[in-house]
Amino acid sequence: MSEFIDLVNLVKIYKTPKGDAVIVDGFNLKMNQGEFVSIIGHSGCGKTTVLSMTAGLLEKSGGNVVVDKKEVAGPGPDRAVVFQAPNLLPWMSTLNNVMLGVNQVYPHASKKERHQICEYFLNIVGLGDSMHKMPNELSGGMQQRVGIARALALKPKMLLLDEPFGKLDSLTRMDLQDILIKILDKNQMTTMMVTHDVDEAIYLSDRIVMMTNGPAAKVGEILEIPFEKPRTRSEILEDPRYYELRGRLLSFLEEQDHKKKEFKPKAKIEKPADEPDDNSEIKKSA
Amino acid sequence: MSIKQKILNGLDIAGLPAFKPIVLLLSGENPPEQINSILKFIVVPIIAFGVFLVMWWAVASNIETKYGNVPTPKEVAKEAGSLIDAHNESRQKAKDFYIKQGEKAKSYEEKAAGFTQQALAAATPEEKTKLEKRAAKMEKMATKTKNRKYAETPTYFDQIVTSLKTVFAGFLIASAIAIPLGIFCGLSNVFMAAMNPLIQVFKPVSPLAWLPIVMIIVGALYTTDPREAWFEKSFISSAITVALCSLWPTLVNTALGVASVDKDHINVARVLKLGTFTRIFKIMLPSSLPYMFAGLRISLSVGWMVLIAAEMLAQNPGLGKFVWDMFQNGSSQTLAQIMVAVFTIGSIGFLLDRIMIILQKLVSFDSVVSA
Repeated sequence: MSEFIDLVNLVKIYKTPKGDAVIVDGFNLKMNQGEFVSIIGHSGCGKTTVLSMTAGLLEKSGGNVVVDKKEVAGPGPDRAVVFQAPNLLPWMSTLNNVMLGVNQVYPHASKKERHQICEYFLNIVGLGDSMHKMPNELSGGMQQRVGIARALALKPKMLLLDEPFGKLDSLTRMDLQDILIKILDKNQMTTMMVTHDVDEAIYLSDRIVMMTNGPAAKVGEILEIPFEKPRTRSEILEDPRYYELRGRLLSFLEEQDHKKKEFKPKAKIEKPADEPDDNSEIKKSA
Repeated sequence: MSIKQKILNGLDIAGLPAFKPIVLLLSGENPPEQINSILKFIVVPIIAFGVFLVMWWAVASNIETKYGNVPTPKEVAKEAGSLIDAHNESRQKAKDFYIKQGEKAKSYEEKAAGFTQQALAAATPEEKTKLEKRAAKMEKMATKTKNRKYAETPTYFDQIVTSLKTVFAGFLIASAIAIPLGIFCGLSNVFMAAMNPLIQVFKPVSPLAWLPIVMIIVGALYTTDPREAWFEKSFISSAITVALCSLWPTLVNTALGVASVDKDHINVARVLKLGTFTRIFKIMLPSSLPYMFAGLRISLSVGWMVLIAAEMLAQNPGLGKFVWDMFQNGSSQTLAQIMVAVFTIGSIGFLLDRIMIILQKLVSFDSVVSA
């Protein structure tokens, strides 16, 4: 398989009065078509920055994003994003929220066809019967499912998930992980997910990219997840390799944590607004 | 949803949550707590109003003016009653007039019919034409009588209606100007920068300064024959003055609303690569509606406040003119009548504000309205 996605030397520098703050310094990643890659790292290390640059929502200070042999600049529906918050438009029904994107991607389809596309994707996230509800009538998990349906309905070349389950309670999160893995098994979509949940990363990914701590974050290690797909949660949890992988991830993160304590940056780094500001703990519970 | 819940939601939307305990009490839900909040939020305000009336009473009888004592609440209430009576009386008079007029017209018509009959039976052609002429004359008299209008002096309630019409006309003009301008200001920094000096300079100008300019310009441009004109000049001048003073809050708020659309929603629009048109109509406008309506609400209350001043000067037959006329009359009822006007103006202003609050709640998408 050829490299479908190529992130070449992504750099993000913020100019501050006290000098340049280098957030990401040379992030390289090649992804195959249909591959699921998670990016894991401590909060504020620049994971979301990498994802936003890939999506085109954040301007790169350097580097290239190559999708399907074409360099892309700026955001577009070929790289659909599922945001950390569902970001549904509260004045539109669930259906219309999905329709907004479908109208953009299928401008020549008839109204009925577009409606069918929306219906299909809402059905696969299990919200077929909530099509005409307004977002504020849905629970957080349901709203996020609409967010996923909206992204999938764009038929993107790449799916970008920015801590998509970060704001949900753990039961809902597991629920949505199961839904997502089922959808991806069927559709083989090239996916990049930012997370700080170790178990989520192992369950969903083909590879996990561990990022070093910022400033000047880059790829630290890459971990291959050898489990066959399709996977089920129980199979993975029973596999002895699971705990080995988990241990490696956690020890990498702990190592980074120590380095962080030794290294105190002089200038306070201005984080991009969409980066969660809390130094929340890496989830260590299974 | 139960009826109770519907009423509770309705009270919430109407901005009258103080009355919720009554509904809850009637449904027997935790009576002590409900009585407690009724005491706090209904009884206490009533007592406060009572205290205000007593203080007014005490002060009023001690102040001597050239029109007699300052009227007590009771006298003001009596005056309000007499204004209502005057209104009813005037309406009755008008009714009587039209009944009489109808009778008169009918008698003319009967006479005309009589002459026509006679004309048919006339012996000579000369006599026939003479009778026909008479019949035609009677018919003419009948239509003339029918068309005659009762020369009614506007009652207090007519004046209220005129004022409401004027303020809504002004408010519509203001909205029609302020909303599009506000949207452009919110969309473009450059446009905002261009508008900003104008907004800052004109916003604080009093209606009393605008009115003469408006009256002169309207006088120059609006030259339609007064008998054929749809609107009176004074009406147009007042409405435009109201518009000039009340458009600013809507303009500024709309601009703010459009400019401060949630960054996440903008990101959604960017990922979807929405066109400018869709972006404005599907994302920016809906998300700025609550701001816009907050602005409209302020605009309407400013407009109502300005209107009274504008009507006083423009002699538009509304509440402002009523106050001015009473002031000029200088009778013993002057003060009481003006006070009735003050309470009327206040109550209508309050009512208009309530209506705007309801509209505002209906357009804000995260409220309870969805139910």
